[in-house]
Amino acid sequence: MKIAVCVKQVPDTWAEKTLREQDSTLDRESPDGVLNELDEYAVEEALQIAEAHGGEVTVVSMGPARAAETVRKALSMGADAGIHIQDDVLHGSDAIATSAVLAAALADKGFDLIIFGSESTDARMSVIPAMVAERLGVAQLTFAQRVSIAGTDVTIERVTDYGFDTITAAMPAVVSVVEKINEPRYPSFKGIMAAKKKPVETLAVADLGLDAASVGQAAAWSAVEDFAARPPKPAGTIVSDDGDGGARIASYLTEQKFI
Amino acid sequence: MAKVLVLVEHDAASGSVKKASLELLTLARRLGDPAAVWFGAGSTAALTVLGEYGASTVYVADGDDVKAHPVVPMVDVLSALVAELSPAAVIVPSSADGKEVAGRLAVRTGSGVITDAVDIDASGVATQSVFGGSTVVHSKVTSGTPIYTVRSNSVAPEPAPTTCTAQTVSTEVSAVAKTATVVERTVASKGGRPELTEAAVVVSGGRGVGGSEGFSVIEKLADSLGAAVGASRAATDAGWYPHQYQVGQTGKTVSPQLYIANGISGAIQHRAGMQTSKMVVAVNKDAEAPIFELADFGVVGDLFEVVPQLTDEIEKRAN
Repeated sequence: MKIAVCVKQVPDTWAEKTLREQDSTLDRESPDGVLNELDEYAVEEALQIAEAHGGEVTVVSMGPARAAETVRKALSMGADAGIHIQDDVLHGSDAIATSAVLAAALADKGFDLIIFGSESTDARMSVIPAMVAERLGVAQLTFAQRVSIAGTDVTIERVTDYGFDTITAAMPAVVSVVEKINEPRYPSFKGIMAAKKKPVETLAVADLGLDAASVGQAAAWSAVEDFAARPPKPAGTIVSDDGDGGARIASYLTEQKFI
Repeated sequence: MAKVLVLVEHDAASGSVKKASLELLTLARRLGDPAAVWFGAGSTAALTVLGEYGASTVYVADGDDVKAHPVVPMVDVLSALVAELSPAAVIVPSSADGKEVAGRLAVRTGSGVITDAVDIDASGVATQSVFGGSTVVHSKVTSGTPIYTVRSNSVAPEPAPTTCTAQTVSTEVSAVAKTATVVERTVASKGGRPELTEAAVVVSGGRGVGGSEGFSVIEKLADSLGAAVGASRAATDAGWYPHQYQVGQTGKTVSPQLYIANGISGAIQHRAGMQTSKMVVAVNKDAEAPIFELADFGVVGDLFEVVPQLTDEIEKRAN
């Protein structure tokens, strides 16, 4: 089985994120860049499927030069090969262009499964897996808390507000996974050393047969008009519990008409 | 006046229109003439409420294929309506389904998409609260039919009574929609509490709750207020409370009228999911916990003393 895992480098989950004054894009330089936490589950799921059913796992990432670290991280977890789409013209691309780039890199490569994390911790749009499925014209099995393979079929449990839906499709399919699906492995020392020797293909936009004018900030179909830090909240009332803490909250909630 | 398509969500069991959908109809009126789009059965019973909130039309797509396949049938129906009506905008809820519908519809119709808007003005400029609520962004779609996903509890639903008429639309779905099939829907018991992202009040527990037994204290407080129960990642990772109730950067984003955080330190991971709550009350042993920086009212103390007392007081005052 051929499995692709799409991963994104994002600012460290615990870092304060900011937009840059000059072009309203996310500051990706100042904070440490890490493999998007939710993508770790996607990598782990891909590795588990490959281990159980046989197959090869290719990591695919679009991002600036330093995103190569993120591709290596996934390789050190055990993926076999990497594709890094890196091109200055991609800066400021919206989700529409990003999905076009990923779809172009994934198309016609014979992937049976294309696995994503359910969202990135920076943009948090949760639309890329669906957009890529739309572009590739393949089945969309997203927000999976469980993935199982039987022959050429893949079945998932899609998390919903009311519980979950069991959804099945014939491969090829785009899958996205939620974090409760597995426990991502830590790269071993051996894995880190092995990753250095694994093949990573670096592709530019032109290599994908895409027009440079169709990607990047100027080609985006939405634009930021302005942004500002949220005004700090006025300090609230903080009291110590002297045996009446619960009653004091109740009085406050009564004043605020919640009770 | 151009129509504004609003994807209306309704409770699968009761058929009642979700409050969040009435919020979307309220926003849609700023941009044009709201038209609801309804998937599945039960639209006839909903005509009154849809009309009350300003929908002059409801497009009804009720067929077996719509139910049997996830997400894509909704994109098929909406893209046909976009082609036919050239609406001023399409507004969908910021649910998992809603965001995916919006993303695919944007690709299919050549339109820009803005997710997780908390407001939309008459010129189509959307307000988003990003990075855990630390930054407010105004943005606009610059190509095609603007598509927005809007978070629950962003605006108060306001009635604007009109007469709503139903129009049946084709439910013939595309070949790609049929590539995935729903074989079973499993409804988990939620004990009669409101949906987490829709609830007006959310009561959450974190590391300080100490274990799954401790959550009974949180649930009792929630039930006294008719609230939903949430949990921090520390609590869901430890297996004390089911994962689907996680509030935070890797869980749900909520913006209720009132958020009560119990035994939650308020790390950025958690704040990212609740910072836009209208009012925050916090109970924590540690006076230095960052959650107090967000709190309108906070008590430094043991939640197992404070919370049961609060629950008793609420029940007393309610009677």
